[in-house]
Amino acid sequence: MRTSQWSAAALAAGLVVTLAACSSGGESGDGDVQTGQELTMLIGSSGDAETTAVQAAADAWAAETGNTVEVIAANDLVQQLGQGFSGNNPPDIFYMPWDQFQTYAAQGFIEPYADELANAGDFLPALAEQFSYDGQFYCAPKDFSTLGLQINLDAWEAAGLTDADIPTDWDQLASVAQKLTTGEQVGLSMGREYARVGVFMNQAGGSLVDGDTVVADSPENAEGLAYLQGLIADGSLKFPQELEAGWGGEAFGLGKAAMVIEGPWINGAMANDFPDRRFISVELPAGPAGPSNFAFSNCWGMPVGSETKDATLDLIEFLTSDEQQLAFAEAFGVIPSTESGSAAYAEQFPENAAFVAGVASATSPVAFQGASAALADFNVQLEQIGSADPSTLLGTLQTNLQAAFDEANG
Amino acid sequence: MPRTAVRPRRGGGIRRGEARSGWLFIAPSVIITAVFLVIPIALAFWVSLSDWNGFQSPLNPRVNFVGLENYAAITVDEGLDRRNFGISVRNNLYYVLLVVPLQTIISLLLAVQVNRAALRGKGFFRTAFYFPSVTSTVAIVIVFQFLFTASGAVNAVIGAFGIDGPDWFNDSTGLVHGALSAFGVSGPPPALAEPGFLGISAWEWLAGPSVAMTSLIMLAIFTTSGTFMLLFLAALQSIGAEIDEATLMDGAGPVRKFFSVTVPMLRPTLFTVLTLGLIGSWQVFDQIYVLGGASAGGTISTPAFLAYRSSFVDLEWGQGAAIAFILFLFIIVLTVLQRWLLRERGPKKRKNASSKTADLAASATAFTVDGGLR
Repeated sequence: MRTSQWSAAALAAGLVVTLAACSSGGESGDGDVQTGQELTMLIGSSGDAETTAVQAAADAWAAETGNTVEVIAANDLVQQLGQGFSGNNPPDIFYMPWDQFQTYAAQGFIEPYADELANAGDFLPALAEQFSYDGQFYCAPKDFSTLGLQINLDAWEAAGLTDADIPTDWDQLASVAQKLTTGEQVGLSMGREYARVGVFMNQAGGSLVDGDTVVADSPENAEGLAYLQGLIADGSLKFPQELEAGWGGEAFGLGKAAMVIEGPWINGAMANDFPDRRFISVELPAGPAGPSNFAFSNCWGMPVGSETKDATLDLIEFLTSDEQQLAFAEAFGVIPSTESGSAAYAEQFPENAAFVAGVASATSPVAFQGASAALADFNVQLEQIGSADPSTLLGTLQTNLQAAFDEANG
Repeated sequence: MPRTAVRPRRGGGIRRGEARSGWLFIAPSVIITAVFLVIPIALAFWVSLSDWNGFQSPLNPRVNFVGLENYAAITVDEGLDRRNFGISVRNNLYYVLLVVPLQTIISLLLAVQVNRAALRGKGFFRTAFYFPSVTSTVAIVIVFQFLFTASGAVNAVIGAFGIDGPDWFNDSTGLVHGALSAFGVSGPPPALAEPGFLGISAWEWLAGPSVAMTSLIMLAIFTTSGTFMLLFLAALQSIGAEIDEATLMDGAGPVRKFFSVTVPMLRPTLFTVLTLGLIGSWQVFDQIYVLGGASAGGTISTPAFLAYRSSFVDLEWGQGAAIAFILFLFIIVLTVLQRWLLRERGPKKRKNASSKTADLAASATAFTVDGGLR
């Protein structure tokens, strides 16, 4: 009896130890040395081209400095970031999307390292401002993109249009969109979201936040929506969902839309998925209140109190150097985030000059802490843009944005 | 046990020390249960009462106790959070109301069919009906997405009958609203337009499941009926042939036999199936996640998805946990209610009704209340 009791005890204890052994792990000693660090990088990749290019750049740095970098392409960047932070195991370096930056900074998740970079002063001022919270420049902008109008040249020529017809204002856009609309294809398409629709609101002179007040329900914003509603009523604007496409670029590639409003990322997508599509990107037409565009950017995020800060800073300097950014530009079509880099880019890639030109009139989409939930709701409401009254859509946005704004500043 | 007291304390006895070994033997499972179940639930409850933002441990000193604030934000405070929660509850309510009865009826009918003695290819049908249940939901959702696109197979088939099919997964029209608009009622009468329970107007509560949600309902029925068919089949096979004979002798036809003999004898299984169905359909998540959750005008979002979204995307972990606990409460209340509705009436029936397999399954799931059905 005794023996079996003890063997039972031993068995149970053994099991517990085994289980415990399974759960412990990681935590190998981190030295202060700059070499031999194992960094993990989490990126929200637009596709293989981007993943490969980032991995190649990281490997080049790693080989030079004697560290290793593991690049992980996230399926769902924001979710995986949230998971990493809540598990107290965030990646050492990651893409920080513009729409989440303010929230992460306000919650104290990310390290405000940008001023320590050797090239901190080289970034475009608008981008440095986008990644500042409370007056402090937090993280280095990785690159940036603006929107442009893509035109399918085959459809354009088939409709008898020439270079002189390239739209520069709303009326011309409406008229060419009408001409390009046939039974098979719609004249214009774009994502049904604030990040596209908002451009038209801004071009009409509107904005969501003016200084300290939320002005989402302004008549200018309503005018922007009303213009789009006019296009919808004419049948010359349809959203990708209605064209059975995942996004604007897919509708464009499939030939279901003759013009779309997308950023430079469309180049890579077309080259990969629809290599035969002949198209150009031109500047967005100007609205009644002049030209306006959105600038989107991610920055290189670093978790607050990172143990690998020195190595990561070095990596970020490497990744944001002009030559490296130009290599990224070549690989997946983004525009360098530094003044000199973007100038070199415009020269090197004249077909993308329209995107660089867009910077002049570009603003950052509203992204203060909590705004993303209000804008997500607005995106949902936009499904009714075909039938709803603009003031109803904007009224809801105003209420939600105001509540978020009060909470963020109060 | 009184016997223990009489037994001599020293000198052994064959059962001495049994309790200690007992504890040792169950220690692994107790520890596993505590680590993976009890502690996480307690921690989640703490999170629902705190302002934890998802950074480092929820027990770190910067996290504050905020009482019921998170619960208030989604139930009483006016705003987007409450509205999103209200909409998701409405969506899920319609989902449950349609999925649970339909999947139960369909799985029962399937089970009765494949249980017939004279059915050719019985094995084939059993496998075929069970197949969707062993396939990953994600895979099925993706196949359904292709089937249900505006120019997909489903619309091609109904198009052959001259019906212009909707764009299923993107159509946010509620079925009730759609039906009403066919009668010319396209907006709410003023009495129904006022914001009501959870900030949702009565008109919106009455919208019915959207077309997109209806596609998901079909999907759920398709995938889960097989599992429940298996439960019913097990119960049907434990109904002896002598009962069939007795029914036959008493002169009951097949319909009478089904309603007066088969269904009452299946009552414990019915309870299991309804309970599992109710819990499963309140927790629906994978389908919604794969479809992005925000599509179709927010009409496919569910509390489970919203809990995930508020936590991981909006970093409102407290609210996410609060939603999860409210959902938990919903499920318990509804299970108790359903148990009460399905309770045995009259003491005599009680004995007949216990078929062993089904009873086992029922007791395995009926964890919420004691008493009632045994």
